[in-house]
Amino acid sequence: MVRLIVDSVEIDVPGEMNLLQACEIAGAEIPRFCYHERLSVAGNCRMCLVEVKGAPKPVASCAQQVRDQRPGPNGEPPVILTTSALVRKARAGVMEFLLANHPLDCPICDQGGECDLQDQAMAFGRARTRFDETKRAVEEKHFGPLIKTEMTRCIQCTRCVRFATEVAGVPELGATGRGEDMEITTWLDQVVTSELSGNLIDLCPVGALTSRPYAFNARPWELRKTESVDVMDGLGSAIRVDARGQAVLRILPRINEAVNEEWISDKARFIWDGLARQRLDRPMLRENGRLRPAEWAEALALAAQRLSAPAGSVAAIAGDLANVEGMKALLDLLNSLGIQNRDCRSAGERPGAGPREGYLFNSRLAGVEAMDALLLIGTDPRREAAVLNARIRKAWLSGQLARIAQVGVATDLTYPVEDLGTGPDILEALAAGTHPFFGVLDKARRPGLILGAAATARPDGARILRLAGTIAARAGLVLHANVEDGPWNGFNVLHANAARVGGLDLGFLPGAGGRDRESIVTGAQQGSVETVLLLHCDEIDGKDLGTAFVIYVGSHGDAGASRADLILPAAAFTEQNGLFVNTEGRIQEARRAVFPKGEAREDWAIFRALSAQMGKVLPYDSQGQLRKQLALDHKAFAGAMGDPAFNPEALGELGPVDAIPFAPAPNFWLTNPVARASRTMVECAAGARRSVSQAAE
Amino acid sequence: MSVRRLAPAAQQPASFTFADDSRAKAQWWLTKYPEARRASAVIPILWLVQKQEGWLSKPAIEAVAEMLGMPQIRVLEIATFYTMFNLEPVGKYLLQLCGTTPCMLRGAEDLKTICKHMIGPKGATSADGNFTWIEVECLGACVNAPMIQINDYFYEDLSPEILEDILKRLAAGETVPPGNFVRRDTSAPEGHALTLIDERLYDGSRGGPITLPNAPEKLPANADGGNG
Repeated sequence: MVRLIVDSVEIDVPGEMNLLQACEIAGAEIPRFCYHERLSVAGNCRMCLVEVKGAPKPVASCAQQVRDQRPGPNGEPPVILTTSALVRKARAGVMEFLLANHPLDCPICDQGGECDLQDQAMAFGRARTRFDETKRAVEEKHFGPLIKTEMTRCIQCTRCVRFATEVAGVPELGATGRGEDMEITTWLDQVVTSELSGNLIDLCPVGALTSRPYAFNARPWELRKTESVDVMDGLGSAIRVDARGQAVLRILPRINEAVNEEWISDKARFIWDGLARQRLDRPMLRENGRLRPAEWAEALALAAQRLSAPAGSVAAIAGDLANVEGMKALLDLLNSLGIQNRDCRSAGERPGAGPREGYLFNSRLAGVEAMDALLLIGTDPRREAAVLNARIRKAWLSGQLARIAQVGVATDLTYPVEDLGTGPDILEALAAGTHPFFGVLDKARRPGLILGAAATARPDGARILRLAGTIAARAGLVLHANVEDGPWNGFNVLHANAARVGGLDLGFLPGAGGRDRESIVTGAQQGSVETVLLLHCDEIDGKDLGTAFVIYVGSHGDAGASRADLILPAAAFTEQNGLFVNTEGRIQEARRAVFPKGEAREDWAIFRALSAQMGKVLPYDSQGQLRKQLALDHKAFAGAMGDPAFNPEALGELGPVDAIPFAPAPNFWLTNPVARASRTMVECAAGARRSVSQAAE
Repeated sequence: MSVRRLAPAAQQPASFTFADDSRAKAQWWLTKYPEARRASAVIPILWLVQKQEGWLSKPAIEAVAEMLGMPQIRVLEIATFYTMFNLEPVGKYLLQLCGTTPCMLRGAEDLKTICKHMIGPKGATSADGNFTWIEVECLGACVNAPMIQINDYFYEDLSPEILEDILKRLAAGETVPPGNFVRRDTSAPEGHALTLIDERLYDGSRGGPITLPNAPEKLPANADGGNG
């Protein structure tokens, strides 16, 4: 620790901190443009100048470390001044230069109201301009369908260049030219190809990079902000939903160090236009092959009639966007009806039965940074969990995570990956300990593996799960508290969707003698399953359900609704309070930002109403009561700790696996009904396809 | 200075390959740096490319990026930062005419007129493909103003007539040795020395104590002998 005096406040801070951080700890506000905590220090905006007693001129506080400060002649702590006349003059001067070439187009700029330059010019700049000359203008750049550019406004802080290079791992942005002619651009004006590119918009301190879909939609002070969590992937990134009236107008990240730091994927950020399209806003039922609007009473009566058929002929599948309360209410209803055919693994994944550790990301997301060796099995974290991929890259960049290997289809993950093979047969060699990478895992102090849940959605999936567990057990990925260096659990299952872990925690799985997802589908084809209830489930091709009567409970007209015989419209994740459990088992609440569309209802309320219709009234009348019941019935929701004797070797089933390669990750942009309803996502997917075909040429 | 971009697509060649000798020289530069720091060789290698082609084309930048394992944009940043890298084709002889004050005072404007007359407008390449002329800032040869850098060498103490002659000889395929074009030794005065010619400087008779007229009066020394 080093002692400093900042504006007469005496503080002790670690020597490796920079002066800017030290000043903030002392409570001083330091304006900045180029400096960002999660990026390398560039020191080029000069806005963070402070006065260091004894230094001949103001110093850039972001680029000076605390330990490099000289004590006074008699050993007094170094003195930093942040409000002296010199500092004020320096800031005003820097601001004057920054504004020299900055256009005065704030009234038509989307950054207006949340612009660092605007705010800091008000706080630290001169009151009037002395600038008489003409300003520069910069040619338009094209950054793709998500980012709107207005490069004349750019102040060359290079945050975007550093983010793309360091965090996103796509070194495509650069600053060409110099001096007044410096411009931020891409090679040959190509589109930025990152799944995290939307974060450039947040990073840009001015209005040079703004959100293209949100352009000219609203001013920040008009928006109602709701803190929520993202459900577009399994990470549960912290988001803020901004709405005006009944329309969600944008989604921004919130900081959650344990999950998403302060990034979110483009899918989380830009699907909001999908929340207003393709919506199911009233109950519908199919008559003579066509869907017609119906009243809730009629729809519920029909649903009740179908569900009271013999339990063996009824099945329910919960999908990727179902919240915990909805699944809990449905599960309780199914239990009261004796229906055992149910599954929440709508894509046919295998992890589920057994202890919670068997399907969780046990090292936790932040635990990736502690790993020194990592094996990816059938997962493409860049597409399945883009923010997690940035964290893996961060761990690799720090030098901590030295060895990363992959079993599966090789893609560019933005860090070097040893390609062990494409099919699960490699896992047998790894499990047997004969593969060289087994030795790497075995020797590592904090080894980890990430098994893509989707990779187990194949006939030999349960056996793949067993092999992954065996590798984890034999290479010492699971260390219990009684072991030296323990406890550590590097056995990680990565779920690519938000609902799954919640469903598994509820035990939304086949009951005694019940059918699982695969068997429900075959049963429907053979006619033995006559009614299938789909809760937010669009992962099953409608054709696969044969002639079964399909009840769809969900928010968007997609695969499920187009096959449905009865539609019960439900609220989307921004329209109801609902719990989601992320892939590491973190229970978080997605909150209501706007009201459900039309006659749509909250998931749990639909099943509560249905239960009343069937005379099997569920024992809760409000969401609060439901949550109390949830904690009583399921220990995962009552803060239960994990299984201290978790043995990954017992997962899945023993048997040979096929050499068929793991399937590549599905199209990042279009993985769920909300994304598929979003024009922005469709445009991105089309753009990605175009650039792939261009690359092939 | 103006915004520097890659040349328009119509001017770009289809491909770029290193000539054998540039490749060998590039290899020499590569061995100077550790494998992981190959990018350090980017400026010398871009210079080699410019030596070979006369300018930096898009395929050439791509080739350098690949050779050094750098993203293309990183190489473009460097190529656009340094104005000595030509981003458009230039003639066989690139004339960099110094137009800064000392040269201007000594007749750089007249040289420009000759260039405009014999080659064409600034930045353009002559019809025969031999010459391109540009105006640059001070090249540090002010004592021999006015001057022009032709490719790698300085041609100094020029007059419109001399420049015209140089251009004619170069166009005819002759080699014109660089240096100054009046009778003097490097930057020594023309003909003979004009300063430091007093013989007494060299036999020591000029030496001796001097008294500055406005020097302060000498005070008696302090008893302590110190000054503080």
